Amino acid sequence: MTNSINELESDAKCVFLIGTNTTENHPVIGYKIRQNVVKNGAKLVVADPRKTELAEMADVYLPFKPGTDVALLNGMMNVIISEGLADREFIESRTEGYEAMAKVVANYPPEAAAEICGVDAADIIKAAHLYAESEASSLCYAMGITQHTTGTDNVKSCCNLALLTGNLGKPGTGVNPLRGQNNVQGACDMGALPVVFTAYQAVTNDEAREKFEKAWGVKLSGVNGLTLTKTINKAHEGEVKGLIVVGENPMVSDPDLHHVEEAFDKLDFLLVQDIFLTETARKADVVLPGVSFAEKDGTFSNTERRVQRVRKAISNIGDARQDWEILCELSTRLGYPMSYNSAEEIFEEIRTLTPSYAGMTYARLEGKGLPWPCPTEDHPGTPILHKEKFNRGLGLFHAIEYLEPAEVPDEEYPIILTTGRSLYHYHTGTMTRKAKGLDAYMSENVVQINTELAKVKNIVSGEVVRVTTRRGSIELKAEVIDGIRENVIFTYFHFAEAAANVLTNADVLDPVAGIPEYKVSAARLEKI
Amino acid sequence: MDIKLTIDGKEIEVPQGTMLLEACRKAGADIPTFCYDPDLKLAGSCRMCVVQPKGWRNLVASCVTPAQNGMVIETESPDVVEARKVVLELMLARHKLTCHTCEKDGECNLQDYCYRYGVTESRFAGKVHNLFKDDSNPFIERDYDKCVMCTRCVRACEEITGARAINVMDRGHHAHIATAYDGNLEDSPCVFCGQCIMVCPVGALTSKIAAGQGKPAQNDKVLTTCTYCGTGCTLELNVKNDKIVGVTSNRDAEWSPVNRGALCVKGRFGWDFVNSPERLTTPLIKENGEFRPASWDEALDLAAEKIKGIKEKYGPDSLSMFSSARVTNEENYLAQKLMRAAIGSNNVDHCARL
Repeated sequence: MTNSINELESDAKCVFLIGTNTTENHPVIGYKIRQNVVKNGAKLVVADPRKTELAEMADVYLPFKPGTDVALLNGMMNVIISEGLADREFIESRTEGYEAMAKVVANYPPEAAAEICGVDAADIIKAAHLYAESEASSLCYAMGITQHTTGTDNVKSCCNLALLTGNLGKPGTGVNPLRGQNNVQGACDMGALPVVFTAYQAVTNDEAREKFEKAWGVKLSGVNGLTLTKTINKAHEGEVKGLIVVGENPMVSDPDLHHVEEAFDKLDFLLVQDIFLTETARKADVVLPGVSFAEKDGTFSNTERRVQRVRKAISNIGDARQDWEILCELSTRLGYPMSYNSAEEIFEEIRTLTPSYAGMTYARLEGKGLPWPCPTEDHPGTPILHKEKFNRGLGLFHAIEYLEPAEVPDEEYPIILTTGRSLYHYHTGTMTRKAKGLDAYMSENVVQINTELAKVKNIVSGEVVRVTTRRGSIELKAEVIDGIRENVIFTYFHFAEAAANVLTNADVLDPVAGIPEYKVSAARLEKI
Repeated sequence: MDIKLTIDGKEIEVPQGTMLLEACRKAGADIPTFCYDPDLKLAGSCRMCVVQPKGWRNLVASCVTPAQNGMVIETESPDVVEARKVVLELMLARHKLTCHTCEKDGECNLQDYCYRYGVTESRFAGKVHNLFKDDSNPFIERDYDKCVMCTRCVRACEEITGARAINVMDRGHHAHIATAYDGNLEDSPCVFCGQCIMVCPVGALTSKIAAGQGKPAQNDKVLTTCTYCGTGCTLELNVKNDKIVGVTSNRDAEWSPVNRGALCVKGRFGWDFVNSPERLTTPLIKENGEFRPASWDEALDLAAEKIKGIKEKYGPDSLSMFSSARVTNEENYLAQKLMRAAIGSNNVDHCARL
């Protein structure tokens, strides 16, 4: 997030949610947005193919067709430009590339955008006014924006909208991705990415590489590595022979699970470090037991970049070991000795190589934690980014044309399938399905179907139906609801026994981010 | 503009608009409350916080009475004590006194105040309603035979979470907390965040997941960051005999900066996977398609040997690593360091894209 979570409760005068079911996926952030609307009268615009809880109370609800995000955002920007609602001063002083962007956006008058998105032009106009005219507008998105073959384009379009209206660098504004996992921000910050070291220092940058070579005392590769999705494909092709998986469950979380399983079967060696014998761990040659968050010291970085302490509450379970100790043991046996006495000692090393974390110590993180960048020990941390200038200097507009999703409905697969999470479960269910209350409350997968579509198909809630895509087929219970677009069905990806990712597409990824298009698959729905 | 007043003989200054309760607490007086909650709208209903302004005809509820310049307040005068005792007796009249088995034993306001004022029984005890709600949901126990009708749960549900699942039903002696049509929580807009449990001053609302494992008042509490979504809520792991037995939350913004005590169903009720019998407790090696337990040395040596073999035969880029958005920064740092420095490839990623 460019801004902080609590600004959504008070400072934001308008909240624009696109591709985030906030009350289910980030419940506490959802509470704050709701209270801002109820207590302070903040305006709320929600764009989502499903009528989420917050959509129910929105000033404008845009139930747009999955995968048409760019068209919708361009449509809003068209209104803002043509009606003179743009922040000219901000554009002049803080941005570049406006003309090229405006030229493309000119092709998306609200009526044309509405046609592509399947919404009313009047609602696009109203949404544009609310967002552009409010004193401070915050745009929040989640995987509804990113999990598309045009995910990068979608994000850039969100940035365009914020730049166009000067909604950056001030309280209550910002482009705010709500990140879905406890430490996904931290994993990125720490360089668990194929192209960067910590703090996004590129592995292809000679200076950065030299710095790490010096610190680590070893020659490093300057060739970008493989993303997770590409690793699976390369394993399938036989180029990746060995894989180490630390606390992930790609056998449920990755696209096209049949393809994933084939890829795993081709590996010469699979090492899995986890707290449970997950679907992925079952495929392993060696499994090493790590520990849960309750058994470890360390830090997590949340979606607003706040680094906070994790504190050990109980001893390791059984003969399990601290994950960092396992990594050290393995590294040492690989001929590169690593040895630390505590998580804090590792953090001290991180600080020396990570400019945005350089000013943090465990002592400073003790109470409220610190949002990065925090370059020095007297720096208070940075709740709001881009206040005076952007990292690159001027904010860059991108001219983005709308592109169709990789799969569009056809005669054989006439429905759009989109996937996501439930309030009651988390990711592949490794933890929540072993939490007795959560699993009792929601013990099986369902597919949400619009009332009209269900009528046509003669399907009622509770009956088991079949959902099929070009990759495969799953059978699960129907849940017939009004709050979803008529030609869209939705299912959860938490359930290995009716795994949504059997259905999703691994062939076509976002060309920049390599993210799969979980939000749009062409599908068939059948009564059994 | 600050105003001056005297509380229990002590002169203090507070800003205009300050309620007497806050002023009294600032002066060091220990004012008992049930319905007052600093984060919620004022109810002024329990009358436990009454104090005596000199020269006034009545005692006043300090939580809803603005401090005035020149006031002289007594917080424990005989009249105040007598009034509080009556309030406690009225509450006891419909309170199921099962402290010995109550989850809130030891941090129950009613218990504490009865002890403080020596109230052992109620003159008003008589016919009681059986309001215990055998609610089928797996998270929240609703025992309204212990309810003191402070309505903090109602206000937290509306003002923190915004679910509006519960409210006061009926009036007078029949008043009780209920969902619309007095049904089960599961059939209401309840999202099982448990904010109601967090604010309940007695044992009317408790966690079914934690029940019977350790009274929160007696548990050690370790402040940490939630393991689920990216919001980064602070929660307190309750520990007894080296085992996680519950989750509570800390409402102090200095310690719980993001959520200030508010949690969701996963954070408050989804912790028991930690104790699952399915937890891995020993390294495993697969032989002929079956796992067998192995020692750490054996498993690590085998893993290292295999990885080295692949590296030597096919080069470092034939190996790849998925680190994790679940583990700590420190562990992610070491994971990528291992892949880059020990193996020599940048093939390291995690599930940010999924």
